[in-house]
Amino acid sequence: MSDGIAAHAPLHEHAHHPALQHQFNTMEQQQETVTLGMWLFLITEIMFFGGLFMAYLLYRVWYPEAWAEGSVELDVVLGGLNTVVLIGSSLTMALAVRSAQVGAPRATVGWLGITMALGATFLVVKGFEYAHKFQAHHVPGPDFVFEGPHARQVQIFLSLYFAMTGLHALHMVIGIGLLSVIAWMAHRRRFTPEWYSPVEMSGLYWHFVDIVWIFLFPLLYLVDRAHHFV
Amino acid sequence: MSGHIAAVRSYVLIFALLMIFTAITVAVAFINLGRLNFPVAISIAIVKATLVILFFMHVKYSSQLTKMIIGSGLFFLLVMFSLTMTDYLSRGWQTYPVGGGKAVEASGIRPQGSGLSQGSGKP
Repeated sequence: MSDGIAAHAPLHEHAHHPALQHQFNTMEQQQETVTLGMWLFLITEIMFFGGLFMAYLLYRVWYPEAWAEGSVELDVVLGGLNTVVLIGSSLTMALAVRSAQVGAPRATVGWLGITMALGATFLVVKGFEYAHKFQAHHVPGPDFVFEGPHARQVQIFLSLYFAMTGLHALHMVIGIGLLSVIAWMAHRRRFTPEWYSPVEMSGLYWHFVDIVWIFLFPLLYLVDRAHHFV
Repeated sequence: MSGHIAAVRSYVLIFALLMIFTAITVAVAFINLGRLNFPVAISIAIVKATLVILFFMHVKYSSQLTKMIIGSGLFFLLVMFSLTMTDYLSRGWQTYPVGGGKAVEASGIRPQGSGLSQGSGKP
């Protein structure tokens, strides 16, 4: 124990920080480990979504006309609106983390609240889009109806649409739940400029979900708006 | 913790850039670039994702180890895409006749699993 303290004398004041776990020597080392661990998890998430993106890629190469026909049925205005909302929520999330960094708990709670509200807005818009799809009989399954010779392949496109946006929406719901816990912790003054890891790591999760949508939007909504294929 | 504290202005600037790139992506989507539409859309998405990763997720100010691990993750994603695509595209499968039904019968292509497939075999 004394060796540990002597070896880290310049950072002595941090060696006994209440949030320092016993297996780490300094807060900085703990922070880097936490960040690394979170990124390893995010990489597994990249692979998780990556599988669906792989299926999308393959079927798009095989059935470009069906992809164009299916994509044009999606509402590009709602999709674009959702993109602005979600990227906006990433901005507010970054500002929430920054507020925690500078030790401003009320601002942290505020920005987290706005982030959650934007996330909820995204989900509400998504709900309207799904409802339209149900009404139009564009949901893959026994009720699926689609005009034209590529109906079977368009059903594949829409299956991927629901699978990918559905998985993404599930991550959004989990993210909002996560942020509510973090907001509560911030409200209870748990975070300081020396320790705000949960806020930062939740931010990493939220930004990741935003990045998935950054790819989903052009791949699903903007396949062939210039009518090259159909 | 010694995290890098960025100015509010820098986050707003990145947000503005992301909005501009979103507008460009949508605008270009309505212009017929033929086969180029897909690579252009993906490239813009990659630029946007890079901005989020570097600045919103603070990777620009993270350790070399963190950057390397993120890079290796993206590398393996590319490996999955390229190896899978080269596998499928090198199978010599023809495009499945559209419409099913009579078009399929006339072409003589049978569904997979029947033991007599001679041609496509694609689902």
